[in-house]
This record gives sequence, C-alpha cells and structure tokens, in this order.
Amino acid sequence: MSGRYGVGGPQPPSIGAGGPQPSDAGIAASPGTRAIRDESGTETVRTTINGEKVTAEVPAEELLLDFLRDRLGLTGAKQSCEVQVCGACTVLVDGDPVSSCCFLAADVDGREVETIEGLAGSDFHRRAAEAFMRHAAVQCGFCTSGMLLTAKALAARGIGGDRDQIATAMSGNLCRCTGYVSILDSLTEILGGDQ
Amino acid sequence: MNAAGQSVPRADGPLKLAGQAEFTGDIRVPGMLYGAVARSPVGHARIKNVDTAAAAKADGVVAVLTGDDLADIDPYYGHALRDRPVVAIGKVRFAGEPVAVVAAESQAAADKAVLLIDVEYDELPVAASLETALAPDAPLVHEKRARAGAAHGLGDLPDADGNVCYRYSFRRGEVGRAFDAAAVVVEGEYTFPAVYQYSMETHTTIAHWHGGELTLWSSCQHPFLVRQEIAVLFGLPLDQVRIIVPFLGGGFGSKSYTKMEPLTAAIARKAGRPVRILNAVHESMLTTRRHNMTARMRTAAAADGTLLGRTAQAWLDTGAYADNGPRVTATAGDAAPGPYRWRALDVTAHCVYTNTGPAGSYRAFGATHLQWIGESQVDEVARRLGLDRLEIRRRNLLRPGEEVRPGGKPLDADLIGDVEKTAAAIGWPESPASHPAPAPGLASHTEPADLMRPTKLRGRGVSVGLLAAGAHPVSMATVRMGPDGSVTVLVGTTELGQGARTVMAQIAAGVLHAPVDKVVVRGTDTRYTPYDRSTGASRSTTVAGLAVQRAAQDVLDALTETAAARLEAPPQLLRPAGGRIEDPEGRSMTHAELVRARFGFDGGELIGHGRVQPEGGSGSYAEGPVFWEVCAAGAEVEVDTETGVVTVLRTSTVADVGKAINPQLVARQDEGATLQGLGNALFEEMHFAAGGALLNDTLLGYRIPAFGDIPAAMSCSIVENGDGPGPFGAKGCGEGALAAVPAAIVNALADAGVPMNTLPLTPERVWRRIRELKIS
Repeated sequence: MSGRYGVGGPQPPSIGAGGPQPSDAGIAASPGTRAIRDESGTETVRTTINGEKVTAEVPAEELLLDFLRDRLGLTGAKQSCEVQVCGACTVLVDGDPVSSCCFLAADVDGREVETIEGLAGSDFHRRAAEAFMRHAAVQCGFCTSGMLLTAKALAARGIGGDRDQIATAMSGNLCRCTGYVSILDSLTEILGGDQ
Repeated sequence: MNAAGQSVPRADGPLKLAGQAEFTGDIRVPGMLYGAVARSPVGHARIKNVDTAAAAKADGVVAVLTGDDLADIDPYYGHALRDRPVVAIGKVRFAGEPVAVVAAESQAAADKAVLLIDVEYDELPVAASLETALAPDAPLVHEKRARAGAAHGLGDLPDADGNVCYRYSFRRGEVGRAFDAAAVVVEGEYTFPAVYQYSMETHTTIAHWHGGELTLWSSCQHPFLVRQEIAVLFGLPLDQVRIIVPFLGGGFGSKSYTKMEPLTAAIARKAGRPVRILNAVHESMLTTRRHNMTARMRTAAAADGTLLGRTAQAWLDTGAYADNGPRVTATAGDAAPGPYRWRALDVTAHCVYTNTGPAGSYRAFGATHLQWIGESQVDEVARRLGLDRLEIRRRNLLRPGEEVRPGGKPLDADLIGDVEKTAAAIGWPESPASHPAPAPGLASHTEPADLMRPTKLRGRGVSVGLLAAGAHPVSMATVRMGPDGSVTVLVGTTELGQGARTVMAQIAAGVLHAPVDKVVVRGTDTRYTPYDRSTGASRSTTVAGLAVQRAAQDVLDALTETAAARLEAPPQLLRPAGGRIEDPEGRSMTHAELVRARFGFDGGELIGHGRVQPEGGSGSYAEGPVFWEVCAAGAEVEVDTETGVVTVLRTSTVADVGKAINPQLVARQDEGATLQGLGNALFEEMHFAAGGALLNDTLLGYRIPAFGDIPAAMSCSIVENGDGPGPFGAKGCGEGALAAVPAAIVNALADAGVPMNTLPLTPERVWRRIRELKIS
C-alpha cells in the first residue's frame, strides 16, 4: 500500500531548465502521437506555457501537474483527488480544460498550456475576480484556479446565461467550502454577461 | 463606516484568485526530501519483521524509518489518549497504519522505494466494525489502557472495558417515572456512517531540524496544541518547536490536533534533512474521518405533547486510535437530549476502538450524530399525538436563560424564534395549493399501501439543536501600529477558508475606527504569534476575536492618551473616527501623527495586548460552553418511490450569531455547511471490509456534493440578538447547519411517508425501506 499515483520528480523551478529524470521502466506511455522518444525513457517537450515557449526533457510518465508545479514553479494548479474528479488541478491545453493530475506532460508537446498564472491579468480574469470577490465566492482557495480556468473554457464555447447549463458544465470542479451558490452566482454573471 | 458588521471583501481573495496563495504543498525548503509511507495492508497483525534493506539502497533514498528508530524517545502521542505510536511498533491496528517511511531526493524515488519494503505480518483476528468490537469475545485493539493525553480535558477516564476507551454518561430525574407517566413512547435503533471530511488540500507537513530546533510547516488547525505534543514527544522545550501555518485548503476538523507531524518530524530527524510528507486522498481518509455510530433512543411524552423523558445509548467507532474520539463522544452524549425541557434523562455514549482508520473531529461532531435521531423522535411523538410539529417544539424548547445542563452555561439564544424562521423560509405553514398533499394514506407510515404507486412524494421537516461551542477559552492577541498608521494583528487563528483573517482585521479596524485595508493579518508562526488554543468549535470570532478586540482597545487607549496630551483635551471626550482621534470641537490627529508624536520621530510602534482566559471558573468542559451554537434548519424533499432517489428541493438555516462581523461570510458558512450536511445525509459513506480495508478510498467511490446537488432554493437567515460573549456581542457560527440539515432532511422524508433509521439515505436504502413499509 504505497504512496501515490503521481510519479513526477522535483526540479529547480525555472522554465526550460528541467533535466532528465531517472527512467521508470515498465510504466507505459499513454497512446497518442509523440514526436520524440529516446532510449532513456525521456521525451522532449516543446510547448507554450502562458505564452512563453518552453522546451524540456521529461520522463515519459511525468504528469503535467508535476511538470508545472515542480519544474516550472507554477503552483496555482493544485493536487487533490488524483483521479480526475475534483478539478483542483485544471489547466487549459489548447483551450480545453484538462485534469493535469491525469495528463502526461509529454502530451503537451506542440500544444499550448494556460494556467492560472497566465490567466491572471487577462480581461476575463479581471471580470471573474471582480464577481468572485463581490459574491465572496473564494474561501480556502484550493479549488479557485480550476474553477476560473474551466469558466474560461466555457466562455470560449459560448456556454452561459443558463444557470443549470453552467452547473452541469462545472460538474468536474468540486468545492467543499462554499456550497457552490456564490460561485454559480459569479459564473452566471460572468458567462451570461457581455462576452 | 465601521468595518465590524460590514460584508467587506476577503483580504485573501485577490491572492487566491491569482493562484498565488501559498499552501504547505507549495513550499520548497532548500535541501528538502520527499517522504512516502509504507502502510499496513492488513487490519490487525503482529509485525514479525520489517526488511528495509532494499529500499534503503534504492536510487535517491536518504533514510528509511521504522519503529526501531524511536527507542530514544517515548514514541506515543494523542491529545486525549496517548495510544498512538509515531509509526507502528510491534503491531498494526488498522489497514493503512504507517509501518515505515522513506525519505528520498524526489517523490518518484520515494514512491518506488517504499514498494521495496518487505513486512512480514502475523495476522490477528480483526474487529473492523462496532458489532465485532463489542462482541463478548472481541479481539482487543489495544491490550493495555493508554495514558491520558495532555489535552483530553475530560476528567477521570473510565477503567478499560474491552474495546471501549471512553464513556460519557449522565442521569437526571427519575427515568422510570417519566416513562410510566407517558401517553406515547417512541423508540428506535439508528445507524450513522463513517464520513470523510475531504478538505481539498490533503494533510501536508514539512519538518526541518536545525541546531537542535524543529521547524514544521504544516496544514494544521491547532498549531499550539501540535507544538505541545511534538515537544513532549521529542523531549524539546516548547520554544524549540516552531510551527508555521500557511493557508489551509480547508480543514473542517480534519486538520485539528496532531496528524502527520510526528511521522514527518521523525523521518526528518533520521534523514538529517528537511522532509515533506504530502498525503494522497486515500492516505488522508485513513488519517482521520468522522465516527460511524449506532444508537438506541427512547422518548416519552404526555398526551398534551409535553416531553417527559429520554434515554439514549450511543456507540461511536473511533477506529484504531482515539484521536478526538472521547470529546466527540461526550459531545454526542450532550446532543442526545436536544434543546428541550425534560423531567428525566439517561444518556450514555461509548467511544469504541475498532481495527479501522482513526476517527476524530469533523464539523459539528456529536451534534450531527445525534440531532437527526432526537429530532425524528420529536416529530414521531407529534405525529402520534396529532400535534403540529412546530407546536410541539414551541411547547418544549428551552427559553433563553434556562439550564441546558446542570452547572453549565444557560441557554443564550432564542430557539423558538430560530426554528420558526427556518420553517417560514421553506414556506411552512403555507397554503395547501403550493404543497401537494401526500397521496391518501401516506401522511402516516402506518398505512403505506399506496407507496408502490410510481409517484414522487414530498415532505417538509425542521430540526433544532445545540452544540457546545468555544472549546477552552484561552486566546491571546497582539496588535501593532506603526508610525505610518498601518496595523498588524498577530493572532493564532488558522485561516482555513472561513475568512478568519478578514474577520480579525475587521474587529481590529472596528475598534480603532481604522480603514480595514490598513490592517494586515498573517498566518501563524508560533515563534512570534501569541498563543491561541485552537481553530475549531466555532470559537475563532468569539474567543480569538475577543482577544483581538482587547488588543486593539489597548492600542486605542495609547492613541487616546497621546491625543489627550497633544490636543489638551480630557481623554474621556475623545472619540476614534476615520483613522483619527478627534475631540468634541472637531480638532483631530491621525493615527500616524499620534504614533510619531508619542515617540518624537518617525519610528517606534504601539503594541496592544489582548488576553482571554476563563473567568470565574476553570474553563472546563463541564462549566462551559463559551456559548451555545444553534443548529436549526428546514428542508423540503421529494422522494421517487420507484427509484428511492431523494431530492432536496429547499433548505433553510439560521445563523444565530449575536452580531455578524461579516454577514456575507456568515452566509457562506451556512451554505457550505448545508452542502456538507446534504452529503452526509444523502450519500457520503466510507465502507470498511470485514478485514479492515477501506474499500472506497478515492473520490471515484466516495462522492461529495457537486454543483448539481445544490437545492433549488437555499436560504440563510442571520439572527443578530447581540447575545454572544464575543466582540460586539458576536458568537461563532459555521457548524450548526451541518448538524441541523441532515435532521431536517430525515424529518422531511418521514413527512413524505418514509421514516428512516439509517444514514446516508442512498436510493437503495430508501427503496428497500419503501418496499419494507409496503409489506409490513
């Protein structure tokens, strides 16, 4: 009964500086097209994170969440359930919300990643933050990053206006503090208002 | 406008919205290693051998800790009972108990190495349920009686009695006579499930030994109590244990008292480097949980609805180690009578060891366990006597000033007003048109023949109870004002999402009449932050808040003294307003001017001290509580008799808070507690196998409420009668709704025709009950 599902290793938090990790023989890489795969079990990832180009060698099995948090120091995405239920680790990959706890870092090769650190400062974030503050929709804050990133994806898809539709679309983001009402009030305003 | 009483925005909101709030798991201490814990796969066994050789040689591994490494210390801890070894010694008592810990250069290396640890177990009979643990020939989870812990506060502990580790009981009046005089007696047996608190941030601790001192960064609610336990464990003076508390990603009681800190400190001591242990969810589920319980209750009432007597026995499953079980058990016992006037009571609550994960605090503990049972019996009495369910409560509820328990604090709330508000908020009483009457024969479950009709039935319920709140009333605070007028509040309350830092800033700003954004409250560092007993029992605003109020008043007194001298005005005529002190003629000085005037240059600072301690007593549990937290709620539910699915349509809660320092944050507390109550009532349940293994140990198998579970209507009424002992007449909130909502849901479901004695109200359980009623 050992530890955890995640297997990513820690590295100094500087973008592009991640070095190779010891390989994990026997852990299969997920299916999908992959540009580079060398003998050491590491892969070269060329990606764009929050608008910045990043190239890194990562173990094939490294999770995107660990890559972001431990290598790049982007700690706004949080680890919680590790089974793609709670949404605390949500980031956007090519605009789609993904659970970075169950998504391989190698799979962002050639794709764009947006985290809360990138979202912060945007016009969407400014409007969302204003609504969340006014409704006191932030409590412990552990779910907040994931909520905002999922909301941005909903906005991009034109989902909004209808409270029930938003609630359904947000079902992959859990919050144990607020009772959801204040978050739903905020999102209904943000997504239902002028886009 | 005075900051105290306004819905000012949360001070930590912008940081959290930007993903910049620092939690323990975000911290990287230079040289830090990563821990992984080897846990027992079996529920009860002697440890024959632990072979760590392969793990110790694995890539990146720096140290491996087992029970053998603790020979130089007294390795048992537990604030109530010192029954728990830092890591298993000789025996494991639950599946998931730490047997060894690896510290390695990376999490991946630690996780791989821990799989190489080879443990030989000699398995023992397992008592993984209350039934098996209480059987005459039950295996003993602990062979020896544990010593009392440093903070049990429960008086003399009873003698060991099988697996019962603590017992709380009281008798009042003559029970036999009360029941003999009854026109109606309601009785039943009840079951409450094991529940996981699920704070989204799992337990996380970093330990760093340096120069003989120990520093811990930890997701803990009670840093000062943890410091005390760690100091005793490792034989250190208190001031050589430093605990730093970053933001917590929720707590709800799961991070109260000592959790992963001893294990993390022990492996860091062996490794000689800082070590972090960050639990996975399945590990946190086995670190602490809510007690499952079985109970029996009887209620006697006269023909006019006067409640006469009640007997209750409860058995709470505290798992393999007591944790806060004794206190939970005592609180459950106190919740058994409910807030009513009785002629006689006979209550016993037992705290029982089993071979399962340890159980401790979870929001509104004890009250959540018993309120739904007591309140369902009050409803059943009313039903049998043909009385209105609100009327029976009006007749029997305690009034302000009445005794709740002998020698304790009298009632400090208007319960009748509170319960009437919860009822009104769900439209009760109301016109029949808006509330479809149950089908004929369904109002009473004695005639369930029509239950098989494929239809949806609706019912409404209310519940009311009391929770002893405030814990031990000891809190200190310091308020510092610099020569620019900025204010720093040092207070040991943990910000776990409830908004404590915002509220403490509001209290200080309210006293000083300073702009609230001039006041900063940071996290606890026990090296600098004054003592605060704990963040729990809804005590922060009331007890720590009172210390902050007094500390701010101390600063205000100094400002006033200086202003009196400078303005040559009598101090009693001076008033604080808008960041200034002003005299009746309108002359004034700003806070900054006053601090500089006092010290004669652009430096120095005013330091105010505030202290709360027991007044006129020892502050013990028996003499308390600091205040009674009201647990009142209403609910309307719909049950599908074809599927057994229960839908909560409406809920209402009452936050009887004396004075709301921040009304918006009060409402958030009730909303969050309502959803947790809904989860506890409808579907949250941990399942342990007969061998002790936790079967649903991820959020895939353990569901918590999501967006889709919000009732169509939720309301929270804030009651401000100024009757609290805290600052500005405040008293705490945040837990009551969790005790009250499940009880209101159970009563609403019974009103719909389906009385239930077992939680949670899963579709299968409800469906079976509907069929059972049909054939009975």
